[in-house]
Amino acid sequence: MDNNKNWIDQRFPLTKVWNEHLAEYYTPRNFNFWYFFGSLAILVLVIQILTGVFLTMHFKPDAALAFASVEYIMRDVDWGWLIRYIHSTGASAFFVVIYLHMYRGLLYGSYKAPRELIWILGMVLYIALMAEAFMGYVLPWGQMSYWGAKVIINLFGSFPVIGDILLEFILGDYAVGDPALNRFFSLHVIALPLILVVLVFLHIVALHTVGSNNPDGVEIKKNKDADGIPKDGIPFHPYYSVKDIVGVVVFLMIFTSIVFFAPALGGYFLEAPNFVEANPLKTPDHIAPLWYLTPFYSVLRAIPPMFGSQLPGVLAMFAALLILVALPWLDRSKVKSIRYRSWPYKVALAIFVVTFIVLGWLGMQAVTPLYSLMAQIFTALYFAFFILMPWFTSIGETKPVPERTTEH
Amino acid sequence: MKTLFNTTLSAVAAMIISFNATAGGAGVHLDPANTDINDEASLQRGAQSFMNYCSGCHSIELMRYNRIAKDLNISETDMANNLMFNAEKTGSTIFSSMPDDGAKEWFGTTPPDLSLTARARGTDWVYTYLKGFYADDSRPYGVNNHVLENASMPDVLWQLKQDKSERAFNQDVRDITNFLDYVAEPVKLIRYEIGVKVLGFLFILFILAYLLKKEYWKDVKYGKWRAKD
Repeated sequence: MDNNKNWIDQRFPLTKVWNEHLAEYYTPRNFNFWYFFGSLAILVLVIQILTGVFLTMHFKPDAALAFASVEYIMRDVDWGWLIRYIHSTGASAFFVVIYLHMYRGLLYGSYKAPRELIWILGMVLYIALMAEAFMGYVLPWGQMSYWGAKVIINLFGSFPVIGDILLEFILGDYAVGDPALNRFFSLHVIALPLILVVLVFLHIVALHTVGSNNPDGVEIKKNKDADGIPKDGIPFHPYYSVKDIVGVVVFLMIFTSIVFFAPALGGYFLEAPNFVEANPLKTPDHIAPLWYLTPFYSVLRAIPPMFGSQLPGVLAMFAALLILVALPWLDRSKVKSIRYRSWPYKVALAIFVVTFIVLGWLGMQAVTPLYSLMAQIFTALYFAFFILMPWFTSIGETKPVPERTTEH
Repeated sequence: MKTLFNTTLSAVAAMIISFNATAGGAGVHLDPANTDINDEASLQRGAQSFMNYCSGCHSIELMRYNRIAKDLNISETDMANNLMFNAEKTGSTIFSSMPDDGAKEWFGTTPPDLSLTARARGTDWVYTYLKGFYADDSRPYGVNNHVLENASMPDVLWQLKQDKSERAFNQDVRDITNFLDYVAEPVKLIRYEIGVKVLGFLFILFILAYLLKKEYWKDVKYGKWRAKD
């Protein structure tokens, strides 16, 4: 065994990588519930790739065949239904996990120096994931796939001058149809997964360079013992690897409950109208993207068209996404963790959470005057959280941050 | 921190409740179908009624005869002799006996395939629709429908409605609805049972994983990784 290790280590830094990233990678001892979601995100990514490989074997990326091929997977392929339900549930689960992972960042200031780059890479990952999910959603070629694609892709047509050309370039046609389905398939199974995997790798490399933040927001590397090991650190493996397994099993219990007992989850994970094949001649009563995109869809709808153009809404939607990238520089607080923050930040964060959920809910509803007004108010609140952040993070009294992590 | 967590949680819970309250949407009142996918006799009766009353015009082309035979415990011979009107082989998918152009001429439209109708519209819709015909002389077949205004479909179940008690008729419609629910998602018959087993396995795995974690983390509490100073 040792001989083999030497043979490999002389040619590849196996032991070195193992130690640097697992066995001698020191992680704060005080991780709580919120710290499960990073490893769970990787788990879901692996689940999506594996199930995706098998779905791709049976799926037909052709406007005339796609819908029936998905039902063929559901009925005639051995265990195809299970693979499909895992993949469709996985898409929503990915966003549940990612939203909780991002919320953790907000709770404990994980985006603050020196972890800005981890946050930015994470944001790029999040946007890539949205594109991946959107394109995957188009593939079953149901009514919602088709009309959702039409609504979202037409947004690109709102750009002045280049709009029409851009639209034609994206669709490969003048309308959503077979060429669009084909290229979305290619992007969904090759381009975006590759980008996601590379970004995840970079996200982790950046994380392991500076080390993890923790619920106290204390830098454990500032307190090392004689051997240079952080006093509040424990090796990731085996301590967090065994802890994460517990998280994985609990996650899988919830995940499989949905897969087996409610795969459509009342229309939130699989929408009923999407069990009708795409029909360009029949507009559904109500078009809404799946839940994970609806907060931004709400922002889009909240901004009224100006000068006969949808452009302001589109720009607001992209701004709502991109403004998250600036978070590390908008936050002026001296402390990271919510435990020691001043009350204005706590209030602002609570309002922001409610805002995001309300926007998400509004994005699923048909437009009424009341809902439009609400969408505008909450859109304003959404942007206010970021624009006012330099102010409310610098007022109020913060609590003293301990030197070392605390026991709970 | 705890309060913040609780506030977040209750906000989310409130949202979910209000989602469900509004999920029904506007439109006509639907009677609850109260179907039971595990009621095999009901599914068998539903299959029989479907083949007799519906399959003349409506296909369920995503479904195969032998799959139904296997899932509903009907022998393939019985299937072939009594329920297959439009096909030769039990492995074929289920098409209607009506040609498309004929349908256009007779009904003004092609009758839709019903493979996924129960999933797209819901069982309550199917149940209420089938019971929802009423006399209307302005329509070509003398009937209209409460659920789907100006439906092109004639009331094919009228004789059952006339001959049977209301209770028995409702049960017939419920059986057809149940069958269509099964057709829309055949694995519904087995996925609950598999789900229970998978959860059982995960529960045992959870206990083992938890004990493993606890054992290792003794080091962190009392052993070599205990906080120094």
